[in-house]
Amino acid sequence: MSKKTSYQLMQGNEAVAEGALAAGVSFFAGYPITPSTEIAEILSDRLPETGGKFIQMEDEIGSIAAIIGASIGGRKTLTATSGPGFSLMQENLGFACLTEIPLVIVNVMRVGPSTGLPTSPSQGDVMQARWGTHGDHPIIVLTPSSVEEAFHYTIKAVNFSEKYRNPVIVLMDEVIGHMRARVNLPPRSMVERVNRVQPNMPPEWYLPYERSATGVAPMASFGDGYRYHITGLVHDAKGFPTTNPSEARDNIRGLFSKIERGFREICLVDYELMEDAEHAIIAYGCMVLSARSALEQLRKSGIKVGLIKLGTLWPFPRFAIEHYLPQLKTILVPELNMGQIYREVLRVNAGKAVIEKLNRVNGTIIAPDEIVKTVKGMVR
Amino acid sequence: MGSKNDKRKELTLESHPQITIFSDWCKSCGICVAFCPKEVLSMDENSRVFAKAPEKCIACHMCEIRCPDFAINVEEARPVADSREEKQ
Amino acid sequence: MISNSQLVNKYFRHSKKFPHIWCPGCGIGTILGNMLRAIDDLAIDKNDIAFVSGIGCTGRAPVYVDFNTLHTTHGRALPFATGLKLARPELKVLVATGDGDATAIGGNHLIHACRRNIDITTIIVNNYIYGMTGGQYSPTTPHGDKAYTCKLGNIERPFNISALVEAAGATFVGRTTSYHVLQLQNIIKKAILHKGFSVVEVITHCPTTYGRINHKGSAVEMLKWQKEVAVDKSRADKMSPKELEGRIVTGVLIEKDLPEFCEQYDTIIEQAQNQAKGKPE
Repeated sequence: MSKKTSYQLMQGNEAVAEGALAAGVSFFAGYPITPSTEIAEILSDRLPETGGKFIQMEDEIGSIAAIIGASIGGRKTLTATSGPGFSLMQENLGFACLTEIPLVIVNVMRVGPSTGLPTSPSQGDVMQARWGTHGDHPIIVLTPSSVEEAFHYTIKAVNFSEKYRNPVIVLMDEVIGHMRARVNLPPRSMVERVNRVQPNMPPEWYLPYERSATGVAPMASFGDGYRYHITGLVHDAKGFPTTNPSEARDNIRGLFSKIERGFREICLVDYELMEDAEHAIIAYGCMVLSARSALEQLRKSGIKVGLIKLGTLWPFPRFAIEHYLPQLKTILVPELNMGQIYREVLRVNAGKAVIEKLNRVNGTIIAPDEIVKTVKGMVR
Repeated sequence: MGSKNDKRKELTLESHPQITIFSDWCKSCGICVAFCPKEVLSMDENSRVFAKAPEKCIACHMCEIRCPDFAINVEEARPVADSREEKQ
Repeated sequence: MISNSQLVNKYFRHSKKFPHIWCPGCGIGTILGNMLRAIDDLAIDKNDIAFVSGIGCTGRAPVYVDFNTLHTTHGRALPFATGLKLARPELKVLVATGDGDATAIGGNHLIHACRRNIDITTIIVNNYIYGMTGGQYSPTTPHGDKAYTCKLGNIERPFNISALVEAAGATFVGRTTSYHVLQLQNIIKKAILHKGFSVVEVITHCPTTYGRINHKGSAVEMLKWQKEVAVDKSRADKMSPKELEGRIVTGVLIEKDLPEFCEQYDTIIEQAQNQAKGKPE
């Protein structure tokens, strides 16, 4: 091979760890939980090599608390967990949403609820990633569907969290987490890094929650001379608690407006063979792999079907579906849950095309031929 | 309460520690009154703290250190020399 | 000796509304004031101080003071502070937490922070009750005492916080009361200077809920009670358990020098980077 390529055999979880390092993450706090523990193990080795820091906390509540604290100290931070741990992280996730603290949570999903099937894949935490914590809050949830994407989406997650001052969740299933693939990853120097906007006014004039034109307030780090207050109480531009209704409205609505502004950038969607498609499969995570090979078989048997691959689940990329609805007769949504994204597709479809779901919650994956059979059934 | 002000002017001349009570912040909890070692402070019928015996104040600052609301301040008595110069 | 006017001017946020939120006679204001006096004596630059709290009456302390202040979720001040300290080890990290915040919902984080021996100074304001929510019993409410969730008397036995944190591995443990204000300043100073996890347990009074429900009288009477029951460690060491019943032993109870977490992690970084020199990028 003339061009010097650096192909590596890499596990999905390892790709997340390497993506975190490439993105400039310098602090990880976590707690062991199958099927994400490899991320913690690898970062416990690799982070100190880069001068970063790793800590294993006493539980997942402590883990997310620690990465929030470290982010406030100015570091890019990340944690990794699975369903049960993700449930424990919800309250502090809400804290980070309201206080607008950049951080990334990687949730490698396993079959739930409860202890469920720890080593078996599932996509059952989709709605939890959206509404797990209490109260109205925005969230960004990315779903990689390959080992290579696990690397790149972790970088995007870190960059989005810094740019929008908002927690970002990388929602992976156990298949992507544990599968190994040959990947050709860019050297770290080639990776784009986005840093949070710093204040550039004298400390006395700094208002930690006064939004700039982009809707995102500059964020100083503790220890840099900008002595300010961060609280989980609804707060005013100075960061002080307020019960004033209009200030409370600005505080909460402001959280949404900054994400709405970045909607198109945040929505990572790919289309395969959709130009002439009369039928579509909407898939995310490991279901993309089954859908892609089902696509080939269906096309060979003359059925014009395409794939809408969702790289972002929340905010839900409705335009990706609306754009193709006029030409689509049927849409199949295969998921390793009872239809959590299917409901969103139904909402967006508003009765135009025929929407079908194909669900599995027993810990095994939906194979390509099952998708082929279902699409053929729908097409007739 | 006219007489109190005249008394205040004499105080500075007699150079006792300057006791100031920030009534906006004072919640009349009575801690300073109870624990002043020289019983300098008292509360009037409206529970407002005042220095009933300022001349006894030894500027130990215990009232300040104990006050939960930072509502009392004691400044050291200015050296007698300064106050005499003022008189000339 | 800094006066209140100087203290207020130097350490309080002038854009915050005063008087502060705490009830008349509540000990938290006194504890905060003496913490600030301790900091003033140590002449620590305000930029270098991070002040973290959880939820509850004590949780409202940081917003008033001109440091890097963080008001976290209930019981979680310590893990937040752990992350901040690791990220910025040059910061002096102080945590203020109440008895419920620290030993009930936050208990798991408390014992692990002690065990880890990370350089954080934690002031546990122990007023025997959940004050902010209006007077429910807490893990330190004395057996038999009343609260709005145990009107017929508390059937649970309270934690001895200083013993708890000592057993968990804290390398500095001091106990005092909001009556012993000079001892309070002194112990806080020692705790801040101590390299490792320091706990300052401050027995204090909540006249509004605990005091009223249990007929302990006004703030003044409750402070007098603290004065009577307290006995300094130096004298307590010579007293029998019988004599110590119902007494509160004050002073520096534990002061050990053990490896501090952040410093040990720096050696991990050094080793990892040396090993990594051989590996390709």
